[in-house]
Amino acid sequence: MRYIFLVWIIVVGMVVGIAGFQGDKTRRTPIELFPDMDRQPKLRPQTANAFFQDGRSSQLAPEGTIARHSSWEKTPENTGKVVGTTNFVSTIPLPVDATLLAKGQVKYTIYCAPCHGATGDGKGVTSKLGMGVIADLHDHKGRKLITAADGQLFDTIGQGKGLMGGYGSVLNPQERWAVVAYVRALQLAKLGSLDDIPNAERASIK
Amino acid sequence: MAVLVLLLFGGGAVGGIWYYFSPKYTRVGYQPIQPVPFSHSVHVDQVGLDCRYCHSQVDKSWYSNVPSASTCMNCHNQILSEDPRLAIIRDSAKTGQSVPWVQVHKVPDYVFFNHSVHVNRGVSCVHCHGDINKMDEVYHAKPLSMTFCLDCHRNPGPNLRPLDKVTDLGWKGPSPDAQKAQGEQFAHDWKVNASQNCSACHR
Repeated sequence: MRYIFLVWIIVVGMVVGIAGFQGDKTRRTPIELFPDMDRQPKLRPQTANAFFQDGRSSQLAPEGTIARHSSWEKTPENTGKVVGTTNFVSTIPLPVDATLLAKGQVKYTIYCAPCHGATGDGKGVTSKLGMGVIADLHDHKGRKLITAADGQLFDTIGQGKGLMGGYGSVLNPQERWAVVAYVRALQLAKLGSLDDIPNAERASIK
Repeated sequence: MAVLVLLLFGGGAVGGIWYYFSPKYTRVGYQPIQPVPFSHSVHVDQVGLDCRYCHSQVDKSWYSNVPSASTCMNCHNQILSEDPRLAIIRDSAKTGQSVPWVQVHKVPDYVFFNHSVHVNRGVSCVHCHGDINKMDEVYHAKPLSMTFCLDCHRNPGPNLRPLDKVTDLGWKGPSPDAQKAQGEQFAHDWKVNASQNCSACHR
């Protein structure tokens, strides 16, 4: 009788000793008992896949093709340029309203603020971490970014400039225009004067 | 005597299967060695990046993308630009070779989980991924078992946040009760239809 208990305790002890407890950190790939349906030979994004020559499931678009719903047309909305020229459009070619500005604020905060700072002064968190030159979006002296055409800001956001990478792959054209609108709002907030404020609102500012 | 043996060993076997044949054992705690020692804790909690800076399509796509190396290079072309730990990233950005990241969170292929519908209805990243913002090395924190999904689908209210707090991983509601009430209001206002139909996830 005692032996049975002893054997039981030893067996349990061995199982727990080898298998450990729930939630233990492990480098071992998770065990899957019947993986035939769990892991089907179908394409999953961004994984290795031997079917294609370069070994990845997410293929780059073949040259000369256009993805459905992509913004391929060479309109001012998509390029920031006047059709048929290399001149930047001077104003945002979309209706600018509160919705667009709100979207611009969200996108600016995610993608731009880490470097350019929440107010656009170029003193975002990365400036303390070793990032070299970050454009001050207010650019008091040169006023380059204030006088630049909206289309040029759009182009810089999408394609990058100097050491800044392009954000065209994460921001679609409409989102880029939203960011342009929000940058304009930041510039106005910083450099605007009392004359820019409607008469009715002035009292609340003073 | 025979009954006792059966109880002890039979019970032990059942208990062992119950305890070990569960994603709580097989998946939770999985912490593979990644090719680049990327720390979410540093990038999120210390630097303050939003999740979507890197996982940029999570609110538009069914899957949450791993960033391209060029995303890393937006900053790391200047910050730690010579660091040997980032050699793989620099090579990848130059050559276009994929970085062999090891996927930690995986549901079975017959489960169709959609990231965008969840994050656009106030389900935060932390509900399924744990406190990613505190992890130096990502590990599998939640079981992601079927009952894990269903627990929330049966009662989504307590897990819904204001939409601008979804990627604010450290966010805590005013109080558990208040958050529950707020979440239930969201579930009603946004017409959250957390389906329990098989075909919601298995198609």
